[in-house]
Amino acid sequence: MSHSTNHIASTAITPESIAQSLASSSDLPDVAVATYALGLGDDALVLAQRLGEWIARAPELEEDVALGNIGLDQLGHARSFLTYAGSAFGKTEDELAYFRDEPEFLNHQLFEQPNGDFAQTIAKQMIASVYFVALYRGLAASNDAMLAAIAAKAAKEVDYHLDHCVQWVKRLGLGTAESNRRMQRGLEVMWAFADELFRSDAPTDSLVALGIAVSPSSLRPAFDALVPPLIVASGLTVPVTTFTRGGGRAGLHSESLGPLLAEMQVLARAHPGASW
Amino acid sequence: MNTTTDVTTDARADARAAQIADEAGERRFNELLASESRVEPSDWMPEGYRKTLIRQISQHGHSEIIGMQPESNWIARAPSLKRKAILMAKVQDEAGHGLYLYSAAQTLGVDRETMFDQLITGKAKYSSIFNYTTPTWADMGSIGWLVDGAAICNQVPLCRVSYGPYGRAMVRICKEESFHQRQGFEILLELMRGTDAQKEMAQESVNRWYAPALMMFGPPDEDSPNSKQSMAWNIKRFSNDDLRQRFVDMLVPQAEILGVTLPDAALRWNEERGHYDFGDLDWSEFHEVLAGRGPANTIRVSRRREAHENGAWVREAARAYADAQAESRRGLVA
Ligand SMILES: [Fe+2]
Ligand SMILES: [Fe+2]
Repeated sequence: MSHSTNHIASTAITPESIAQSLASSSDLPDVAVATYALGLGDDALVLAQRLGEWIARAPELEEDVALGNIGLDQLGHARSFLTYAGSAFGKTEDELAYFRDEPEFLNHQLFEQPNGDFAQTIAKQMIASVYFVALYRGLAASNDAMLAAIAAKAAKEVDYHLDHCVQWVKRLGLGTAESNRRMQRGLEVMWAFADELFRSDAPTDSLVALGIAVSPSSLRPAFDALVPPLIVASGLTVPVTTFTRGGGRAGLHSESLGPLLAEMQVLARAHPGASW
Repeated sequence: MNTTTDVTTDARADARAAQIADEAGERRFNELLASESRVEPSDWMPEGYRKTLIRQISQHGHSEIIGMQPESNWIARAPSLKRKAILMAKVQDEAGHGLYLYSAAQTLGVDRETMFDQLITGKAKYSSIFNYTTPTWADMGSIGWLVDGAAICNQVPLCRVSYGPYGRAMVRICKEESFHQRQGFEILLELMRGTDAQKEMAQESVNRWYAPALMMFGPPDEDSPNSKQSMAWNIKRFSNDDLRQRFVDMLVPQAEILGVTLPDAALRWNEERGHYDFGDLDWSEFHEVLAGRGPANTIRVSRRREAHENGAWVREAARAYADAQAESRRGLVA
């Protein structure tokens, strides 16, 4: 399919280089591909925004640095996907990030959930990282060259995020009675939002058929193979929480996204048209 | 055999050996200073030198850590994703600087828990500049341009400080600080090229940060009693006033490029001196902030304490887990 320019995958890809290559290209994504990229970008953006809240608040300095690193990587992925998505709509990454309202955000609800305590953040980040690792590995083989290139770079980074989270799940699960209790509670809170990550929707399915998107349900086995055994090996119990209704990809959100966006967008919206 | 006499003789011999070692150590220490060489952790050093360095390096580390706060205030609201990424990376750099400096201080025999405890109980000092607040986005520009800029003027000479671990930490830190200064300058430049509201935001912010940044070099030389000894030990290389002058000379042309006015009516080129003259600073304000009565002193310390206390259970869990792992490894070996 379509957008195969071989040089994309081989060079170090940044949001700026993507914008540059798209500016001189007539080979822009169609609306379906752009909408898919938008959902992926929103996932990473909203997660990065939450991770940013930890900076200067982490349990130790090393963790300030580590959570900052993960957040920065996520923000980089978001910027790449949004830049690509925006090229189909004539919009920049910032126009998409700062001037869309809540129902136009297509992220899964997991990512917008509040940080809670450190254990809850680790529970969320662990679930997210398992999902990203499987997703980006699959997407790196996409027939869409740009999605493949962005995913190939991101796949290496989320591997490290997952490793970091797995270490913390073990430390907190097997550490003290209090850390075990908190880790268990963090899992209970976030577990309900995991299922949504693996649900298919019609627009994604039609891109799966073209070899462009990765089927969400195909990622479930990797999650099931890794996460419940990790939980049990960490002295914790796999939660039995029922799942939520979801709907993030259709613009339906929990009560947490509105305030997050209000904070993120406030300055940009106070100066429409300004550049920074 | 009279063991008491033996012990006394031994003790005397030990004391004499120690004295000889001290004398040799002191000779070597003085030679190192005279030849502009580095003193390393295992070298003999005077107690005053060690104490001065512990105080200076730990205060410097604390400043990096507390300095994360005024900027992390704008991570969530940064007005573009690129600026958000740059700001996150910057605040993260500052955490890294704190870590390098604490490690350098540790080589002098003070542990991180002790230093952290002094910080969160309000016993330790840190740079007063971070007790000012950041009400506007332009403050991210002013902090980078003026505060990191002043820090660079202070810190470049510290790359040649006599104590090895401190000097090497400063080499790494200075590289990153010059990025920070350039990024701050770019934020202000973008604002000054923007809308009227953006220009106003930039100028208002520079008005607030200019004088506090000049005060970062410390009191005028005649009121700075400890400087002389620090200079003799090759810890301090230039006087407070010399560094301040160097900073002002660097700022003026940059302010012209930006198109901001530095809020000092007395600022003008002095042909004879080959430097810019500048007005007197309000040192009563400096001493107010130093005495704990700045805009955010209690907020900064209590925020750091809160993070530390909220994280206690996490650190405890990590320790317990590491101990259990070590235990089971020993079990396997045995
Ligand atoms: Fe720094
Ligand atoms: Fe800095």
